[in-house]
Amino acid sequence: MAKDLLLEIGVEEIPSAYMPKAIADLKDNAALKLSQARLSCHSINCFGTARRLALIVNGLDEYQADAVIENRGPKKAAAFDAEGNPSKAGIGFARSQGMEFTSLEIREYAGTEYMYAVRKEKGAASVQVLPEVLKEIIQSLSFPKSMRWGYNQFRFARPIRWLAAIYGNQLIDLKIENIVSGMHTMGHRFLSDGMIEIKNVADYREKLQKHYVILNQQERKAIISRQIKAEAAAAGGEPMDNEELLDEITYLVEYPTAFYGSFDPSYLEVPSEVLTTSMIEHQRYFPVFDQAGKLLPGFIGVNNGTASNIDVVRAGNERVLKARLEDALFFWKEDLKKDWDQVVEKLDSVLFHERLGTVRDKVTRLQKNAAAIAKQIGGVEMTIIDRAAFLCKADLLSSMVYEFPELQGIMGRYYAIETGEREEVCNAIYEHYLPRFAGDELPSSRAGIVLSLAEKIDHLTSFFAIGIKPSGSQDPYALRRQAMGIATIILDERPGIDLMTAIGNAYDNLSALKLDRSRDEVITETIDFIRQRLRSILTERGYSYDVIDAVFAAQANDFADMEQRIKSVTEFKNSTEMEDFMVVYNRANNLSKSWSSDEVNKEVLQEDTEIRLLEAVTGLMPQVKNSIQQKEYTAALRKIVELRPYVDAFFDQVMVMTPDPQLKASRLAILKMIANMCNLTADFSKIV
Amino acid sequence: MNFQEIILKLQEYWGQQGCVIQQPYDLEKGAGTMNPATFLRALGPEPWKVAYVEPSRRPTDGRYGENPNRLQHYYQFQVILKPSPDDVIDLYLNSLKKIGINPQEHDIRLVEDNWESPTLGAWGLGWEIWLDGMEITQFTYFQQCGSYDCFPVCAEITYGLERIAMYIQNKESVYDIEWADGITYADVHHQTEVDYSRYNFELADVQALAAMFSICEKEALQVAENNLVQPAYDYVLKCSHLFNLLDARAAISVTERTGYILRVRNLARVVAGKYLEQRKSLGFPLIKDEALRRQLLEEKEA
Repeated sequence: MAKDLLLEIGVEEIPSAYMPKAIADLKDNAALKLSQARLSCHSINCFGTARRLALIVNGLDEYQADAVIENRGPKKAAAFDAEGNPSKAGIGFARSQGMEFTSLEIREYAGTEYMYAVRKEKGAASVQVLPEVLKEIIQSLSFPKSMRWGYNQFRFARPIRWLAAIYGNQLIDLKIENIVSGMHTMGHRFLSDGMIEIKNVADYREKLQKHYVILNQQERKAIISRQIKAEAAAAGGEPMDNEELLDEITYLVEYPTAFYGSFDPSYLEVPSEVLTTSMIEHQRYFPVFDQAGKLLPGFIGVNNGTASNIDVVRAGNERVLKARLEDALFFWKEDLKKDWDQVVEKLDSVLFHERLGTVRDKVTRLQKNAAAIAKQIGGVEMTIIDRAAFLCKADLLSSMVYEFPELQGIMGRYYAIETGEREEVCNAIYEHYLPRFAGDELPSSRAGIVLSLAEKIDHLTSFFAIGIKPSGSQDPYALRRQAMGIATIILDERPGIDLMTAIGNAYDNLSALKLDRSRDEVITETIDFIRQRLRSILTERGYSYDVIDAVFAAQANDFADMEQRIKSVTEFKNSTEMEDFMVVYNRANNLSKSWSSDEVNKEVLQEDTEIRLLEAVTGLMPQVKNSIQQKEYTAALRKIVELRPYVDAFFDQVMVMTPDPQLKASRLAILKMIANMCNLTADFSKIV
Repeated sequence: MNFQEIILKLQEYWGQQGCVIQQPYDLEKGAGTMNPATFLRALGPEPWKVAYVEPSRRPTDGRYGENPNRLQHYYQFQVILKPSPDDVIDLYLNSLKKIGINPQEHDIRLVEDNWESPTLGAWGLGWEIWLDGMEITQFTYFQQCGSYDCFPVCAEITYGLERIAMYIQNKESVYDIEWADGITYADVHHQTEVDYSRYNFELADVQALAAMFSICEKEALQVAENNLVQPAYDYVLKCSHLFNLLDARAAISVTERTGYILRVRNLARVVAGKYLEQRKSLGFPLIKDEALRRQLLEEKEA
């Protein structure tokens, strides 16, 4: 009869960030180890809180499945002597398998006959194999950082303090260092006292419930989510939608009770990003907003316990937040006293990189790069660009950004607003860091786009120029992210930037530094690097590899144009016309791919069909080229489909590889013209 | 409960748990971890239990006595339990009860915090312990110290005394803490906070400090070479404090910073190695299990 299995690893509080993966790994590893041990079950479920990882296997068979064990021995030829009697080797093998020689079987393996010892092994009782299996499951867990404790050499995320291992109603004995498994668990750290005896899985679930532990993470998360919404609604608002914070809190508490706390509205004078960052990062509180999206002077915390002590907990948390906000208000006021023009000069004491100078040097480069890009793409006032470039790094020396580095750019914008800078300048300061991560917002103002590109191009160019490139998972200067930003902006904002020129300019602005790479090398390497990011962005957007490759092969430099082509080719590839198109392309390309000339000597042509094909092709060429110029790639491809009957007739009548070299050359040249025409949009030889 | 009573209660409690109650070490240091009763004793195989108050200096945290929560000189209450006992968290929670904090009445949370001291070549995993959202204690299982693996592993419990006192006494400013009857924290420390802030940020002679750093570094190595462990360690502490002062004067660039940290870490490693040798040559006297002691002494490396 099948029974339920429980393994609970009782630990000191595991970091919440480790938990989702630990729970998933526990499940995967259990499935693997159980199946390796030939133990079948109905279902496997894993749960976790900060203090426990629980594996519950439902309907685990009482015995291992029987196994057939096959061991290959010597070749048959070696197992018998000349008289056909068992040889020494044959007898030896049988003995080593604990079998009579006569019980061995002869089977073929890789074309040769071998002696095989085949025997059935009866499955052992699960209770016998489980200790080892469970131990292996525990040992197979790994964490981003693990530790030793006491006299133990075993490593885990945090010390293991108890183990529960029960199959049916029976204890499974196992031992990890000095911890011996038992039929017991612990309840909530503060609302329960000491070890609790448990009989089986059902009893375990029941006892935890009674001792203030909500084991199921999904259930806990749903409760927290419901509670914070209710608390916010009672205060006339909505909690910030923040899945990451919700997950973190889910693994910080075993028995959640949300509460609303408030702070003095006078702190709302501080920019809301500062307040919310302090609440979330420092205190794990949910900020609350009113219907209009305005921050309310309150927060929602989640107590690890019941509501009985909630007033004390609320008061304590309010005091802590008040001290934090007091600090923030102090920094804000201090920062508002600063003369930002002077602050920029002080950036000469902040090192950007030992070989690339100070942040002040970088500002000078940004001013030059941004001006050059602005001139190139137009549509923006030069004084705005220059001012924004000058000010954009100043907030690095503000007290607020020192305290909250993630607010860089956001604070810069606020300080610029407060000191009366023009709106475009303020926004560009914020936008020059965008996008900060994949999927982040993009700069939307013209000045923001220019400055963001200038910043990223300087970053990439300067590091490439001193020979620093990401390798494997090592990318300490976040060059991939910068390249991703450039590619995304070019794809989605279409600023019309000429990257080669911009990178060349950025390189020229490094002239005061000692560089390792030449201008040409840096341009090629940087563009290539951005192109790789572009490729992965396009792949993430769902375009298939072959289409991306085909377009990259035909058109490698104008990134903004690429997606248009990829879109058109993808669309065309799925249309009914694709088949005819590929007939035209393949018949033309197969013969002409190693032929380079498309010069036709009309005089030597003989057959009707080849003359007509040539006329059709030459007639079509200007139309196709015109469509491509208009970036109407689907139209261009459709036109080529018209060639199908001409191509078919040509191949029906004409022998391309004729002995007459001149004739052959002209026929191949016609085909080459067709292939080239197709490849103006994308290299269709790469389409699968 | 006033400030000194909190300290007395903690000393009494940890003394009852078998800790040696030591006194602060008589040199400037950034944290209780740097007291040789932690930094050196955490090394090697010998068990050790100690508790002490440690005046700690962080020159960059000075605020001229104007910020209610930040000080350049403050107090830690430090406990080392080596090896870390299985019920170490309960021992800690019981200590809170002794100073009037009943965990059942509050929200006490163990929030991941991994401690690292690049200058000491030390790191460990553990938590910040939160009391209703406020960090009151740092709890660390030492994994490495002086660049040597710790075995057995010790648990380090570091109480932030001022924060705990502010909470217990319901004060909004550290300076309002009642130290003893009729005497506040401000009475004891306010003027020194103002003066040290000025010294640390404005007056400390950068060139002299840099020169002193080099002298102390040389002295540490010279003394260590003569196998005088704690005298050598004194100069490591001096180097560490001089580095902090230079940092407060903003006299160290990012690149120089790494260089200074490496220099101090190197000294810490040298002294840690000397300490391990010395304990072994003394026969690991704190190991009471004779068989274990002999076995460890026979091992090639301490």
